[in-house]
Amino acid sequence: MDYRYGFSMPEKAVFKTRKGLDEQVVNEISRIKKEPPWMTKFRLKAYRIFQKKALPGWGGDLSKINFEEIYYYLKPTFSRASSWEELPEEIKKTYDIIGVPQAEKKFLAGVSAQYESEVVYESINKKLRKLGVIFCDMDTALQKYPKIVKQYFGTLIPPHDNKFAALNSAVWSGGSFVYVPQGIKVDLPLQAYFRINAERFGQFERTLIIAEEGSDVHYIEGCTAPIYTTDSLHAAVVEIFVKKNARVRYTTVQNWSTNVYNLVTKRARAESHALMEWIDCNIGSKLTMKYPSVYLYGEGARGEVLSIAFAGRNQLQDAGAKMLHFAPNTSSRIVSKSISKDGGRTSYRGLVQVMPGAKNSSVYVSCDALIIDEKSRSDTYPYMKIKESETEIQHEATVEKLGDEKLFYLMARGLKKVDAEGLLVNGFIEPVAREIPLEYSIELNRLINLEMSGSVG
Amino acid sequence: MLKLQSLSVSINGKQILHKIDFEFAKGKIYAIMGPNGSGKSTLAYTIMGHPTYKLAKNSKIFYNGQEITPLPANERAEKGIFLSYQTPLSLAGVKVNQLLQLALSGKKDPLFIRRQALKIAKQLRINEDLLNRSLNEGASGGERKKMEVLQAAVLDKELMIFDEIDTGVDVDALKSIAAYLRRFQKDKAYIIITHYNRILHYLKPHFVVIMDKGKIVRVGDRQLAKQVEKSGYGEMGS
Repeated sequence: MDYRYGFSMPEKAVFKTRKGLDEQVVNEISRIKKEPPWMTKFRLKAYRIFQKKALPGWGGDLSKINFEEIYYYLKPTFSRASSWEELPEEIKKTYDIIGVPQAEKKFLAGVSAQYESEVVYESINKKLRKLGVIFCDMDTALQKYPKIVKQYFGTLIPPHDNKFAALNSAVWSGGSFVYVPQGIKVDLPLQAYFRINAERFGQFERTLIIAEEGSDVHYIEGCTAPIYTTDSLHAAVVEIFVKKNARVRYTTVQNWSTNVYNLVTKRARAESHALMEWIDCNIGSKLTMKYPSVYLYGEGARGEVLSIAFAGRNQLQDAGAKMLHFAPNTSSRIVSKSISKDGGRTSYRGLVQVMPGAKNSSVYVSCDALIIDEKSRSDTYPYMKIKESETEIQHEATVEKLGDEKLFYLMARGLKKVDAEGLLVNGFIEPVAREIPLEYSIELNRLINLEMSGSVG
Repeated sequence: MLKLQSLSVSINGKQILHKIDFEFAKGKIYAIMGPNGSGKSTLAYTIMGHPTYKLAKNSKIFYNGQEITPLPANERAEKGIFLSYQTPLSLAGVKVNQLLQLALSGKKDPLFIRRQALKIAKQLRINEDLLNRSLNEGASGGERKKMEVLQAAVLDKELMIFDEIDTGVDVDALKSIAAYLRRFQKDKAYIIITHYNRILHYLKPHFVVIMDKGKIVRVGDRQLAKQVEKSGYGEMGS
């Protein structure tokens, strides 16, 4: 047990670093994890960058985040103070309505159902391992595959990229490591749905995916239910390397509780004729700032970001995408669907940059906003920096209101108002939702229906 | 079956219907005719409970003896009323099967609904693709009208109002719609709002109701429709 490394409680050990952050805390995290010296150095350097970096000047209000009030490393065991009963009312209600079994409820409250997920995880792992595929948590990867990790870690999103990338680099814990060897196509998605270790290690997970030449993998993260974290800050970093002719699809279906600042840096590097697809669905959180990006480095590389954002009361979803074209014949496609309700606010913020020489590239951007009521709001910030004249660009943006006529039409057919609203909203996101595996899209539909019926929050 | 009592209706303060008293009976087909702006569609929407249409204080609507005036549209549908749109809306990302399943959830098995929709689609010569596409998106006027009839058939209500089911529809489609409606007419009441006599050749009304300036000005049998065809509404005035 880890209690010998520090603070411990009677019987069931809980380890956490003390509140706030300094070099000692960073050192402590690295020491507990028995990391190689290079990682300790990397963390410390990142911490110094974090201290110097200013908060982002766009998006939502981040000034209320008190970095001194946060526990940066927290390892709860089953005696974690938050029992099922202690979960916020809205999360409990959601689970009750969705009908997650009691075992899973306990599990999310930090009770040790994690062994069951380890078993499932291992059995998948065995099949994949034969093919040379690696799928494990990031801490394990650092211990078992230090060479590969060192080669890629922090190279696509260096600590100085932004304040929260620096913070993550300093205190990261958990996350997934995926390595797919040359030519291997992983048929079934890798699911981080039951990946509880990463959760209990805190909110600063770090994911690294490497898809070698001609390989193919689909990774799905998060749950469709709120992921409960005691702290209110989630700052993950995801780096993906898509080699020549490889394809990576990364699907996120996330529903955070509404006290979470969700500030995530996600980036992929696509080599020639590679395809990177981000499918990003954000329902919960207090504030999300997330712009999955694809750096199209190789000729003929393709990048896609399909996203859905839902903002309810007191929520701001500042989400979008970044596509950087560095090579000829590259193409990018951004499809964004946002919904705001009960005074919620959604913003599409996107950057598409075509570098000189990236000839014959094509860019497609489509952002649609659906505003449910008068109190809600939606904004669009599409930035295009096109430095190459031989580029084909298509940009479409629509803002619509949930029409009274459509509602009446459905109600006249016998649908209750909430069902009618849910059907229309789900219809609105359908072009993106259909890209998500069925079980997740069903959950997504149900969550949206829950949000629409106002039975949550 | 459906009783309108002193029905006065206004939109944005402008009165459209004036003290209409009428009763529609089970097993009968009614044709409502009248010039543009006479209040035919307003009457249809009002029966269905559209919130834009405001009823005067003492206006009442009864369905099978129960007052439904304060009920929202879905509860009126629940009681047995169906309205087929003059201009059916298109709904992005919404398939007709989803709509039907939600409308009938808890009442009919989803698989049964799906099968029935397919069966009726065949009878109405609706292309099967339309069932799996966004409702009415990119569909022609005729296809949209047939989709309305398909919904009417699956939802199987007692009182069905068809607002200009015959406009934008070719003869073949009109025939298949009329034939379909005829078959199930016995226990139902149909209210056919129309400009033309055309559909009335295929679907013979028991009563022809002429509206003008927000009032019912004449009620007669099928001969009345023929008379309208011959000499217009000019002579109908109360």
